[in-house]
Amino acid sequence: MAQHRDMVTYYLSGNEAIVEGAIRAGCRYYAGYPITPSTEIMERVSIRFGEIGGVFMQMEDEIAAICSVIGASWAGAKAMTATSGPGFSLMQEGIGYAAMTETPIVVVDVQRAGPSTGQATRVASGDIMQAKWGSSGDYQVIALCPWSVQETYELTVNAFNLAEKYRVPVLLLTEEAIGHLRERIDVVEVIEISSRRKKPGAAPFGTEERDGVPPMPIFGDGDKVLVTGSTHDSHGFRKTDDPLVQDRLVSRLNEKIENNRERIIDYEAYYMEDAPVVVVSYGFTARSSLFAVRALREHGRKIGMLRLKTLWPFPDSLTRNIGASARVLFVPEMNRGQVAGEVKKYVSCQVVSFAQTNGEVIYPDTLIEELRRHL
Amino acid sequence: MVRDMQRYLRPGLTSTPFCPGCGHGILMGLILRAIDQLELNMDEMLFVSGIGCAAWIPSPHFNADTLHILHGRAIPAATGAKMFNPKLRVVVVSGDGDLADIGGNHLIHAARRNMDLTVICATNMIYGMTGGQVSSTTSVGAFTQTTTQGNQYRPFDLCKLVIAAGATYAARYSVTQPFALMASIKTALQTNGFCFIEVLSPCPTQFGRHNQLGSPADIIKDLIDRCITRRKAKNLSPEELRGKIITGEFANDAD
Repeated sequence: MAQHRDMVTYYLSGNEAIVEGAIRAGCRYYAGYPITPSTEIMERVSIRFGEIGGVFMQMEDEIAAICSVIGASWAGAKAMTATSGPGFSLMQEGIGYAAMTETPIVVVDVQRAGPSTGQATRVASGDIMQAKWGSSGDYQVIALCPWSVQETYELTVNAFNLAEKYRVPVLLLTEEAIGHLRERIDVVEVIEISSRRKKPGAAPFGTEERDGVPPMPIFGDGDKVLVTGSTHDSHGFRKTDDPLVQDRLVSRLNEKIENNRERIIDYEAYYMEDAPVVVVSYGFTARSSLFAVRALREHGRKIGMLRLKTLWPFPDSLTRNIGASARVLFVPEMNRGQVAGEVKKYVSCQVVSFAQTNGEVIYPDTLIEELRRHL
Repeated sequence: MVRDMQRYLRPGLTSTPFCPGCGHGILMGLILRAIDQLELNMDEMLFVSGIGCAAWIPSPHFNADTLHILHGRAIPAATGAKMFNPKLRVVVVSGDGDLADIGGNHLIHAARRNMDLTVICATNMIYGMTGGQVSSTTSVGAFTQTTTQGNQYRPFDLCKLVIAAGATYAARYSVTQPFALMASIKTALQTNGFCFIEVLSPCPTQFGRHNQLGSPADIIKDLIDRCITRRKAKNLSPEELRGKIITGEFANDAD
């Protein structure tokens, strides 16, 4: 471990970096259930939380894990759980409840090859749509997708910040290949940390706030908080047959994310100035994409790349802008084109989906070969 | 006019949503009277419930922090809150379908961990809110919307179940035994570790109408006849015990 004045260097796996990022963000409650390839997160939490005074619970299933995380969040904790494909499916009802009750939680999905049990030790990014649509009804989540161990650490901190700021479940969608990759990471001394806003007496589900996010009381402070997953008014009273309350609540839950999407969405652009062909990439695949783009650039090919760090809310206007000047958008993914389909919604240029679902990462050479056909 | 226990009720509420003859209102009153007699501070209490009629006993009525969570998941949510803030006195109030059917796994695991929770299971032996389907506590032979020829499966003995899993305290009473039930709630609230009380609560609307006990008086009388104390049960033959519900404390391992 090399010490600099304002920076410390570690050598960690993606899964380990999640734990360190969570601790840095102030996470002090973790509940989980073993599942490959996410288990190292829980194992490290069981040791590290003992050192720092956090509360760790290994629960009887993923449903119990996410519900105890929700209970802990209302008791005042920054709380997290981590899982993988099938466990993520079990957590969907809890994610919907957290969205409905505006409970800040962080859920990590270290994606593996599905569907169902699939290939537990193999990589995929097949849960992008599950992350958006997995629970019932119309709701919003924020989903982040890192491409390195360094960024896994940073986006874990950011996941907590966004969850606290917008009172919403934030999903960190990593992949097996990132979870088990070991890399050097640099951790700076000063990192921005956000925490939920309390305002005694304020309506905990109110609509008075300009950004649509009401302040959040916690259990035990004497606020007599009333929390329900049923449709509720600004004070939490069930209103299960009032069309106006239902409409107002569902609209606000969605609009507080939709209206703040420019503040939430993060991305990186490479070589975009003169590129008629643009690779739209995310997660581990973006590493191979950037390698391919650089190799083709060295041969004088006009190709650029957009790397999405935020998958939900989807960067719609960014995609629209890039689609307006590009001829081809090339979307390589370890699924059957889940993000490519989303890209198509916003552009009229050609969208090429490169889908690979064999449980392997997509190699740069494969991409170079594919991309040559479109240049 | 100020109602009894008014200060324990959330301001603005004027009535309960329970059907005429439902036992849940009696249970609600007894929980609050137990809290009143123990002089507990409602600001330090958290009530967690799942989905179903009984989940509405604390939410929104109790003037404390109340968490009305997903069907079957009251116990894990209570576990998270209690583990993060041990100063909270956490009470789970929910129904038999919620705690024993869909949430049965959480029930036994919380008992195994001896989690410091008071769990009150309002057992009406039926799914009331969804229109009267069989539950895991419905007696053999009972008629429900999904057992029109009579229930063929044995019900859980929930007290035996949680004792086997490691509960510190387990008891069963009926709302027709209000003083014994209130004393049991007081004991549970003062006992550390996993405390479980199964409360027989009549449901004339769903259970009653399927089983020729449609009037509130009929189903209450039936419960009074069927519920017998452990002491009385000791001297009865298996023949005489058929159809009876044995009530009392089945475990009290408090130090």
